[in-house]
Amino acid sequence: MMLLELKDVYVNYNHIQALKGISLNVAEGEIVALIGANGAGKSTTLNAISGLLKTTGGNIIYEGSNITGHSPQSIVRSGIIQVPEGRAILTTLKVRENLEMGAFTRKNDRIKDNLDAVFARFPVLQKKAELSAGNLSGGEQQMLALGRALMAKPRLLLMDEPSMGLSPILVREIFQIITEINKQGTSILLVEQNAQMALEVSRRGYVLETGHIVLEDTSANLLHNEKVIHAYLGG
Amino acid sequence: MTEFLMSFWQTYNTLFYTVLVHGMLALSIYITLACGQLSLGNAAFMGIGAYTAALFTLKLNAPFGLSLLAGGMLPAFVALIIGVPTLRLSGVYLAMATLGFGEVVRVVFLNMSITGGSVGLNGVPPKTELWHLLLVMGVLIYFFLKLKNSRFGRALEAIREDEVAAAVMGIKTTSFKVWAFVIGAFIAGVAGGLNAHFTFFLSPREYGFDFAVDILTFAILGGTGTFWGPLVGSTILTILPEMLRFLGSYRLALNGLILVLVVVYLPNGIITVKKKD
Repeated sequence: MMLLELKDVYVNYNHIQALKGISLNVAEGEIVALIGANGAGKSTTLNAISGLLKTTGGNIIYEGSNITGHSPQSIVRSGIIQVPEGRAILTTLKVRENLEMGAFTRKNDRIKDNLDAVFARFPVLQKKAELSAGNLSGGEQQMLALGRALMAKPRLLLMDEPSMGLSPILVREIFQIITEINKQGTSILLVEQNAQMALEVSRRGYVLETGHIVLEDTSANLLHNEKVIHAYLGG
Repeated sequence: MTEFLMSFWQTYNTLFYTVLVHGMLALSIYITLACGQLSLGNAAFMGIGAYTAALFTLKLNAPFGLSLLAGGMLPAFVALIIGVPTLRLSGVYLAMATLGFGEVVRVVFLNMSITGGSVGLNGVPPKTELWHLLLVMGVLIYFFLKLKNSRFGRALEAIREDEVAAAVMGIKTTSFKVWAFVIGAFIAGVAGGLNAHFTFFLSPREYGFDFAVDILTFAILGGTGTFWGPLVGSTILTILPEMLRFLGSYRLALNGLILVLVVVYLPNGIITVKKKD
């Protein structure tokens, strides 16, 4: 069974159609890449799944039940956690407080263990736990955003442009971490403009153009697809 | 010496009372600012609270505590009605709605007979004592101290910082914003009730747009990074005009000049929050 399925999903911003009937799915344990240019509708897709945007048509199915139109809170509770574009960390709070906020919907019992697990994965966050999150570098902020999402115990992570604004070395590091998180059982839907990296770490990929899915294939095939190379890989 | 203190207190006790009431109003707007929302309706909430509490005392002969509670509850209820539809949206909608709301309230006060119309309400019995004000202020300070590290306070801070981030953490952004707004209206209403019972007299003019802006100025001048800022701002802006009395008609000009200087040189307010590092 698919973990997540989008069936013919439409989203409008006032009179502009941002998604024109897209269908995609993520199986349990997969990393799926969604690539495309600026304005193609990638973030819109994630925000629709997260319940931040209202769909105007189609269905979003998660673990076999229809979650279309559910509130962002109930979607978070069901295990779908988004790491928003631009990290969206809370700069006035401490690093540790940011992480604790990630577990906002959960009962207090295991939060401490969870925090230790996140610190073990991101030692730099532990070192800077009591500093204001605004003092972190770009890479550290991305790790914090990822750590915060892990605090919510996600079954499905929606990652929006994790490579944005990071140096190539840091991008590698972040993608390495994403792969590890996936290996430990979290499924990932990855939105990226950095198509090369996204297709290297993912199993399957979708290409989104102006609100339509124009291509879907295994990532290995997409990396060798003429159109993809020409349009997204700078070939 | 004691004689001097006694006469000083007799001259200035109303000013001290007013400092405390203005402090409460500054806190009432701070709690909405704490989640990034601007309410321009707090003067009107104060007015509703003042009239409600005064009428409870005058018409029903209610005990003072009950009058105050009613003075807090009615504005809170009105805030709930305004808040639910407007706070679903993020942005300036609350500011717009409360701006219009303030005018509506003023006109209603002007035209209802029970509120005394344009004459206002006279002869509200002086029931407010210093300890009432200190007690309410003490409770509020305790509440705001506790708020900072509470689940509710953190949620407000997250919403102020980034509403999308807050939503994807599973925070019910709309309900937290509505709660903050309702609590602010309650505080403003109680402050109005306390105020009504030491000024003896209520008039619709006191709760209009000008005063709504004054309340906002308390918060902006003091700084909105922590609740101490609005308290400092309201204290300064309440005492300053009295201290500048010797300037005669120029005192408002100097008052304005000080405001301009603070905004230019301390854009985050007098109490600026240090980064935690």
